[in-house]
Amino acid sequence: MIDSVLAILSAVMLGLGGFFMVSGAIGLLRFPDFYSRMHAASMTDTLGSYLVVGGLMLTAGWGLPLFKLALILVFIFFTSPTAGHALAKSAQHCDLRLPGGGASTKKADNEISGSAQGPDSRDVVSADRV
Amino acid sequence: MELILDIALLSLLLVTAVYIAWTRDLFAAVILAGIYGLLSASFFMSMGAVDVAFTEAAVGAGISPLLMLSTLAICGRAQRANPQRALLALLTVGVVGALLITATLEMPAFGSPDAPAHLHVAPRYIADSMREIGIPNVVTSVLASYRAFDTLGEVVVIFTAGLGVLSLLGLRGDVREEPIHSPMAEPSHLVLRVVGKVLIPPILLFALYVQFHGEYGPGGGFQAGVIFAVGFILYSLVFGLEAVEKIVNRALVQALAAVGVLIYGTVGLLGIVSGRNYLDYSGLAGDSVAGQHLGIIAIELGVGITVASVMMIVFFVFSAQLARGRAVPHAS
Amino acid sequence: MLLSALYNYWVVILLMMTGLYMVIAQGNLIKKVIGLNIFQTSVFIFYISVGKVAGGSAPILSQLTTVYSNPLPHVLILTAIVVGIATTALALALILRIRQAYGSVEEQDILAGDGQC
Repeated sequence: MIDSVLAILSAVMLGLGGFFMVSGAIGLLRFPDFYSRMHAASMTDTLGSYLVVGGLMLTAGWGLPLFKLALILVFIFFTSPTAGHALAKSAQHCDLRLPGGGASTKKADNEISGSAQGPDSRDVVSADRV
Repeated sequence: MELILDIALLSLLLVTAVYIAWTRDLFAAVILAGIYGLLSASFFMSMGAVDVAFTEAAVGAGISPLLMLSTLAICGRAQRANPQRALLALLTVGVVGALLITATLEMPAFGSPDAPAHLHVAPRYIADSMREIGIPNVVTSVLASYRAFDTLGEVVVIFTAGLGVLSLLGLRGDVREEPIHSPMAEPSHLVLRVVGKVLIPPILLFALYVQFHGEYGPGGGFQAGVIFAVGFILYSLVFGLEAVEKIVNRALVQALAAVGVLIYGTVGLLGIVSGRNYLDYSGLAGDSVAGQHLGIIAIELGVGITVASVMMIVFFVFSAQLARGRAVPHAS
Repeated sequence: MLLSALYNYWVVILLMMTGLYMVIAQGNLIKKVIGLNIFQTSVFIFYISVGKVAGGSAPILSQLTTVYSNPLPHVLILTAIVVGIATTALALALILRIRQAYGSVEEQDILAGDGQC
């Protein structure tokens, strides 16, 4: 009885996790500017991976795998929001403005769409400079 | 189900590779190369090659893009178009590819258990490893005992590559005009610094776990060495190269790279002293299984030390190069 | 049937050719190194595919199963990956030296620089 409840619950969590991951990916592709893209990716990524790991934990049973999954959960808890924060911070540091947020809307818009992988990528390079 | 996963992962790999070849933005190419590494790690996982997947995830998706990014930061991310050779290259590649694909038609079907590759030594390893070596992870017993001489060669290659990087870039790196300043070491990156501080000790602990648990589960010296180095690399990314040089002495790391190879070679010699062949550990302890255990732990330690030191040396040399490139205006 | 039996090998060849194309056609040395890495990984994928036994699990002995994948290719590739990153680092170090000497990492510039000497 309890096993089948756990199995159903785990399936629901895995399905929801997958759904959030896919919606994050769609957001990453479809959103107009860097900040909202990054928001979509980092939010859904965090929640989605919690749900997937949590769903796996429900079926793992008592033992070493459960403990390892819990550790992974703690690791994601720290790293995923930090990665999103660092990206946003670097973008802000490099004066990447939202369209409409800056003085000249037209110019900021060009800046973002003109370098599709530009702003975010350059920031990570600078993050790796030591 | 397994087949669908297999085909999906391989198709994704193919798409990524073609896009890497096509894009002219080197930064995008490097990030995609990291994704390519992660995808191939997932593929290795689905093939049941857990140790390989572990290594590829740490190397292909971790250290390799990091080194490429440091190089890009010095050399610039733009790539010039070079159209005149594209046609010739396509022709060559097309002919070679067609020949190779014709050759695959003679290959045994994927996954067939009676393929020649599975008939020679592998059954013996799987059948006798538990009795002769006494550890469950066959990959470790083949790596560290049956084919230990091979692995010694690989470790020496890694050591030599580290020496090569040092002699190409590193020898004049000790003279520094101005202190290296990391952009991440500013107080504004408070979250990054705090999280980094929280995460580094578990990373180092995990590396030790991987090192000493390699006989029972996936892991071993190679993976542990890479993960251990990543702990220090993360520290230097967040707090700056200066901070890391306060805790790890550069000369010590360079000496440790050699110490790892020496440990490996010495264990081999102890095999001769105990009256057996080079790198045969059976005589190191009372009974042969205990001797094998001891020998494997010792040489895995040697591998781990060498790999970790070489990775750290390479990263520190590249970072110092980057800092110097920035100090001299015309170089960047 | 032929597709599922040989798909892995075909993808390996296509990946290998993509890498080879990058090494031949691209003038930028860093791009060439990335191409070599793709080539190298395709060989890894080939070895691991050859080592797969249908229905076999990871080669860590347990009571639950008797069919294992072939451990030998795993050992060879495991070490090759780490050797690969060490040699990649060496290649990148060489590129940095070339840049110091010629001021560029594009093949055309380097050849032109050689012609002047």
